[in-house]
Amino acid sequence: MNRTERIAALKAAAKERILILDGSWGVMIQRRGLDEADFLGDRFIGHEGQMKGNNDILCLTRPDIVTDLHNAYFEAGADISETNTFSATTIAQDDYKLDADAVRDINLEGAKLARAAADAWTAKTPDKPRFAAGSIGPLNKMLSMSSNVNDPGHRAVTFDEVYDAYRMQVQALNEGGVDLYLIETITDTLNCKAAIKAIMDLEAEGMDKLPIWISGTITDRSGRTLSGQTVEAFWNSVRHAKPFAIGFNCALGADLMRPHIASLSRIADTLVAAYPNAGLPNEMGQYDETPEETSNSVGSWAKDGIVNILGGCCGTTPEHIAAIAKAVDGVKPRDPVPTSHDMRLSGLEPFVLAS
Amino acid sequence: MTSKASSSFVNIGERTNVTGSAVFRKMVTAGDYPAAVEVARNQVENGAQIIDVNMDEGMLDGVEAMRTFLNLIAAEPDIARVPVMIDSSKWEVIEAGLKCVQGKAIVNSISMKEGEDAFRKNARACLSYGAAVVVMAFDEAGQADTAARKIEICQRAYKILTEEVGFPPEDIIFDPNVFAVATGIEEHNNYAVDFIEAAKVIRETCPGCHISGGLSNVSFSFRGNEPVRRAMHSVFLYYAIPAGMDMGIVNAGQLDIYDDIEPELRERVEDVILNRRADATERLVDLAESFRGQKGKVQEKDTRWREASVAKRIEHSLVHGITEFIEVDTEEARQSVERPLHVIEGPLMDGMNVVGDLFGSGKMFLPQVVKSARVMKAAVAYLEPFLEEEKVRLGTVDVSNGKVLMATVKGDVHDIGKNIVGVVLACNGYEIIDLGVMVAAEKILDTAIELNVDIIGLSGLITPSLDEMVYVASEMQRRGMTQPLMIGGATTSPAHTAVKVDPVIKCAPVIHVSDASRAVGIVSSLLNAEDKPALVAQTQARYQRLRESRKDGPPKPRLPIAEARAAALKLDWDTYERPVPTYSGVRTFDDIDLATLARYIDWTPYFAAWDLAGKYPAILTDKIVGEAASGLWRDTEVMMQRLVGEAWFRPKAVVGFWRANSRVDDILLETGDTFHTLRQQMVKDNERANFALSDFIAPEGEDWIGGFCVTSGPEVEAIAADFAAKGDDYSSIMVKALADRFAEATAEYMHERVRRELWAYAPDEALQASDLIGEKYRGIRPAPGYPSQPEHTEKETLFRLLEVENRIGVSLTSSFAMTPASSVSGMYFAHPGSVYFAVGRIERDQVEDYAGRKGWDMRTAERWLSPILNYDPFAVKSDAGA
Repeated sequence: MNRTERIAALKAAAKERILILDGSWGVMIQRRGLDEADFLGDRFIGHEGQMKGNNDILCLTRPDIVTDLHNAYFEAGADISETNTFSATTIAQDDYKLDADAVRDINLEGAKLARAAADAWTAKTPDKPRFAAGSIGPLNKMLSMSSNVNDPGHRAVTFDEVYDAYRMQVQALNEGGVDLYLIETITDTLNCKAAIKAIMDLEAEGMDKLPIWISGTITDRSGRTLSGQTVEAFWNSVRHAKPFAIGFNCALGADLMRPHIASLSRIADTLVAAYPNAGLPNEMGQYDETPEETSNSVGSWAKDGIVNILGGCCGTTPEHIAAIAKAVDGVKPRDPVPTSHDMRLSGLEPFVLAS
Repeated sequence: MTSKASSSFVNIGERTNVTGSAVFRKMVTAGDYPAAVEVARNQVENGAQIIDVNMDEGMLDGVEAMRTFLNLIAAEPDIARVPVMIDSSKWEVIEAGLKCVQGKAIVNSISMKEGEDAFRKNARACLSYGAAVVVMAFDEAGQADTAARKIEICQRAYKILTEEVGFPPEDIIFDPNVFAVATGIEEHNNYAVDFIEAAKVIRETCPGCHISGGLSNVSFSFRGNEPVRRAMHSVFLYYAIPAGMDMGIVNAGQLDIYDDIEPELRERVEDVILNRRADATERLVDLAESFRGQKGKVQEKDTRWREASVAKRIEHSLVHGITEFIEVDTEEARQSVERPLHVIEGPLMDGMNVVGDLFGSGKMFLPQVVKSARVMKAAVAYLEPFLEEEKVRLGTVDVSNGKVLMATVKGDVHDIGKNIVGVVLACNGYEIIDLGVMVAAEKILDTAIELNVDIIGLSGLITPSLDEMVYVASEMQRRGMTQPLMIGGATTSPAHTAVKVDPVIKCAPVIHVSDASRAVGIVSSLLNAEDKPALVAQTQARYQRLRESRKDGPPKPRLPIAEARAAALKLDWDTYERPVPTYSGVRTFDDIDLATLARYIDWTPYFAAWDLAGKYPAILTDKIVGEAASGLWRDTEVMMQRLVGEAWFRPKAVVGFWRANSRVDDILLETGDTFHTLRQQMVKDNERANFALSDFIAPEGEDWIGGFCVTSGPEVEAIAADFAAKGDDYSSIMVKALADRFAEATAEYMHERVRRELWAYAPDEALQASDLIGEKYRGIRPAPGYPSQPEHTEKETLFRLLEVENRIGVSLTSSFAMTPASSVSGMYFAHPGSVYFAVGRIERDQVEDYAGRKGWDMRTAERWLSPILNYDPFAVKSDAGA
């Protein structure tokens, strides 16, 4: 299959069943007990500062581990696996003093690894084609919030800087062969809008058009994103991307995430996706929800018809993904609501004017 | 404007626009962004649904100003909740703005002025930034003036946007250019008609789009003549909204009610707007001169309305709250009908229905409605003898639309809000049975059954009233009563109603009423067999959601009381010089001058008591409520003159000082009494202490605490009752609201005297009234029942020590409300480190400890502390039993 055919297959599969995304990468990488030398590989020997903890660099220095993890999740039943590029932007990698070439290579190689794994599994199970999603994570710098308590107008980064960083990541992921983009764990909608603009601009300049999956993060029980938007205001802010899927991930476990997914489900004219954490972290910072617990919760969302794509975020493992895949096997996916023709504006809250 | 049309018309706030507001321009050019941010906040507080931001000013760096301002308002959740309209004629300013907004904004504007290519490019950029756009009817040849040109350009733009750029039609807003009419140039005469016709065709042929426009242009040739301009704006919208105009940059305060425009003016304005006759402009110019300089809609000297029919005159008096002619007109109406009752059922009710409609659609405000009720009552009072006489002959007839029983619950004496709701409902033809204040559940329910009322309304202001309301509801359930129950008052909330009241009563619906303006809609739905099920179902669903959201997740963790105490505020008592008051024990002050107190009044809450939101004095010129507020202010000033001049009230105060030391969370007094205080148990991540009031008193060595109670005096009730008896609820409510302000002012005044001369720890303090309101002085005066000590029974100790009842005649009810209601009490702390705080929710361990200190059992403690418990006392008990 070429990419056009794969995208058609992805859209067709979404009509038939609940699609399954992979689970956490952080926990799985941690279990390997890697040391500084693994992270540095040959390429970065002598690099200034610590590299350990920079999971994305493994795309270049331990590609075998990255491939293993894609395989583990595909084996567990995932339809989609994400590239190991969550923090692969020049802004985020500045923490590890990586230059633009290295950042570009992480995305390019990360995309190729996911592509190869997906293709191998598609060949193995042709009736269940597998897909590679390019992970575009949040930044450690926000465009809507001041980083200086004494100056609410201050911003640590400009829109143009964020735009340029995402633009480079998007281009490399596309070139490396991903089937779709997953802009995820969005804490600030304006950062996300910069990523969307980068994609739309590149496409207008002739780059292959790929589906976009947008996944926000509701950080606490107020039901708002970190930058203060309600669920519906968030949807109104990103709707212009005509996303393939919209949803939430991270921060909350399944029980606390459900009302927000239900809200989206009522307004989104596209697929709804959710990949919660394995509960909330315990006092030791570990996630202890079992695969059965997670799959019971999210399985009921599928049965209630409020979701199209499910997966796992922090603390989930291939066992969780296998349990979720099993729980939703044969369940009919949600029908997106008809497209609204109201003018849907937003600030932190939505404003709708009927047409 | 019909209310339907106006409800689908979006008003865009225009005050954060440097081209439209000289005040805002001055702030921005002077770099005073904090003030500029306040302008935006006011605008949103006053109901702007979208705010227009424009920085197009020659002296400004537009890009920098736009970015700075948008970044600043992004940090203000009260402002950032609404969408922004980024308004500039310069693309680089628009783009700078788009890079600052996380929400979905509107760009105002783009056009084909510089050709299709530039238009396509800008439109694509707007789409990729995720913004809606205003498209001006403007092309290479210039701005469209005729209907045909407007339509042609907008259709062409629509085709490019939807077919080539892929712009969603619903995000396209056309501005077909509002131009000035009646300029004296013949070609301009049809401009308004051109706009209206074009709007209609554009909406029909460009499906999904919206129409907007800058209204003030149309009346440009009458600048300086506000009454005529306002009339032109109203008439223009009256025709443009049905044609499809659904947004506009409008000064909401500058719109007249279409029906209210003086008929001759309206006719001539319509001639101009609709271009109905060749001499329309001259005729309007001729008439306009007679309106020049008028400010209000109705000139007091304008007595032309006296020439209308008697029914119209009565309506006018009711709508404008004029009592002067009501008796004459009522008499004239009486002579023209068969029975006196027909005057009430006819012209008076018709007039009040007009008032009700105007209030319902937001065109009249509470003080105006209460004035209307005063006129109505005067008319009914005039008819009373005739009705009595007829009753002797015929027996009585009921004209009520339904009966509503209202009461302030047992233990509570506050009734301003309840009286306002009563008046508003009475205006709408409902019969109000007002049982007054401190009414026991039994009396409420017995009366409801005896008089066969349709609805029961409960009101209360202090927190213990919440429990009393739950009790009334549970009694209704026990008796199987089915009348709907309405809950209102300052401490009530939809959440409390949903979680505490609704579950105890299954046989009747319960509805929380948030303010007076909602009461009529709710009562009318409850009494309408068709509307009631929907309202009840909707309310039930909402309460269910509220209950679920409350249930969601465990309460926030609290520190064990021992840990909270370890985190107490530790003041350095060794270096602190403890001021000694000028006397010990209690003194009474009863010669307080009203004129002096008047200077200490904070007027903002006074307007809030009338449901008018906004800060004094800015509220008087507010675009939405300014007219109602200044009307109220004029009447208030008149009453203040009499009130102060004739010394209606005799405010009194009692102030005491005692030696005291803290012991853990208690304050032990030299008299052997104890003030018990409560400690914050929230987990703080900012290294702030976990406060209790006892932290502000030294644990050993000589230290002092003060206490006070002030009151506006018992005269208030009698004066208010006097007005009410004369049918003048307006003045009755006003005098009570003023008495509340005087009580607060007395507290402020006495606190200043305490600081300067009685405790005298700040003898040189010199503060302005605004500083007092902002509490910029040393020391605090927290009161039991408020956030720093939420437990009301502590007032008992305070009152006993101060001998309040003997000295100034204020006593406590069973729920520890002060009566007379216009009273304030509290404690004085002098340490500069003492601050107001909220105790917040507390855990069972502190409740047990507090119960022990107060000599209470747990049940009693949990009852008095129920609003701040961090656990469900009943849930835990059942666990323990299992």
